[in-house]
Amino acid sequence: MAERKGGYDVLVVGAGPAGMASAWAATQNRGGRSVAVLDDNPAAGGQIWRGEGTGVWFDRFRSCGAELLSGARLLARIGPQRLLTEAGEIGFEQLIFATGARERFLPFPGWTLPGVMGAGGLQAMAKGGMPIEGKRVVVAGTGPLLLAVAAHLKQHGARVLHVAEQTPFHKLRLFGRALLSEPAKLAQGAGLGWTLAGTPFRTSSWPVRAGGAGKLESVTLNSGHRLECDYLACGFGLVPNTELAALFNCRIDSGAVAIDCWQQTSQPQIYAAGEVTGIGGVDAALIEGQIAGYAATGQRAQAEALFGARDRALRFRRAMETAFVLRPELSQLAAADTIVCRCEDVTLGRLREQRSWRSAKLQTRCGMGPCQGRVCGPAVEHLLGWPAESVRPPLFPTAASNLAR
Amino acid sequence: MITLTINGQAVTVPAGTTVAAAVMRAGVMAFRRDRGPLCGMGICFECRVTLNGRAHERSCQTVCEPGMEVRTDGGA
Repeated sequence: MAERKGGYDVLVVGAGPAGMASAWAATQNRGGRSVAVLDDNPAAGGQIWRGEGTGVWFDRFRSCGAELLSGARLLARIGPQRLLTEAGEIGFEQLIFATGARERFLPFPGWTLPGVMGAGGLQAMAKGGMPIEGKRVVVAGTGPLLLAVAAHLKQHGARVLHVAEQTPFHKLRLFGRALLSEPAKLAQGAGLGWTLAGTPFRTSSWPVRAGGAGKLESVTLNSGHRLECDYLACGFGLVPNTELAALFNCRIDSGAVAIDCWQQTSQPQIYAAGEVTGIGGVDAALIEGQIAGYAATGQRAQAEALFGARDRALRFRRAMETAFVLRPELSQLAAADTIVCRCEDVTLGRLREQRSWRSAKLQTRCGMGPCQGRVCGPAVEHLLGWPAESVRPPLFPTAASNLAR
Repeated sequence: MITLTINGQAVTVPAGTTVAAAVMRAGVMAFRRDRGPLCGMGICFECRVTLNGRAHERSCQTVCEPGMEVRTDGGA
């Protein structure tokens, strides 16, 4: 990455669907703007399109002239319109956050055993070349991601033994009805149903324990059923990655970046699109991304033309939020000796002795390891009700030489 | 195909394979102490390895290159 001194007209952070759509829209009509997309993964596509590289949005993105700065980890804000990355400084006029979301992990006994992974996590590892053929997999947690992951793994030869969805059947049924007004999503769902024919799917089902010596060997469900398996793919919904937006003092509302109708955050010249504004799925991300890209470059009419489509996508988001609410039993799974903070090996028992995040950090180092609370933060909020703390740079651990340049 | 070394053992993987996936292909489940990868997307830091002598590299975010030397402290 040669660019250091100058700046881009538009800098997009995150090359998933929202970021790709933002960058494309920002280059449309009149063009000539310099647009760059920063991403810490080796390739564009985000987590959902990881490693695929085909389709209309990849074609648009590759041909629109936006520069992809991949493998670039963002560390800190070093001026009102300047960022520090591991590869150097970058300036910008308009900034668009398309930083996506991560999985929510809830601790239960045995969840630190190798072989217990996120649902999206196991899928990402499989897409990265981890052998999955013939492996016995239990998929558990909540949300539409579980079925998508189960279908993907099955297509690649895994033996999916069980899909455990924590939400009760009646809520899932209401969600299914909401989908009836979305033919595209219904078709997706039907496709998944076909792929997953013969795979046991249970509602009101969740893991209570993972067992094994040195690695995962079995999963026990709340029904008492014990399944011998090689992998547990387990994710309890998604959490927006708001850390960077918080660093720019953008208002965060209920865990997501707050935006106006133009996708602008509470800060001028800073926009946000996709999962970071609330978990709405890929269709919402593409629409929001385009609106942000258009609005950030003064193409207001083009942005406004997509408001109706965004309203429809947000109805799906609300239906999803209602359908996949986490049940209270899930906060009772961890025992006193269950590790909550994996980086610093802090157990729930030690956290219960603390009164707040601040004292937990001071006394136990909870949330102060390399992941900076990205894994244990949402878990602690769920288990103990402590809201997330403020964010400090650098956003990720890095060599001191990167900060001193 | 790409050949790299994992804990001193030569491993050949298809191009595009991540280092984390290559480590698991080599039969190593414990990457760091008694832990293995969790998030698969660069967030959790459980997949850290020593890569060409550099400690604490996230193996899930790195694509294999010929001749790479990878060490896990959990694996043999």
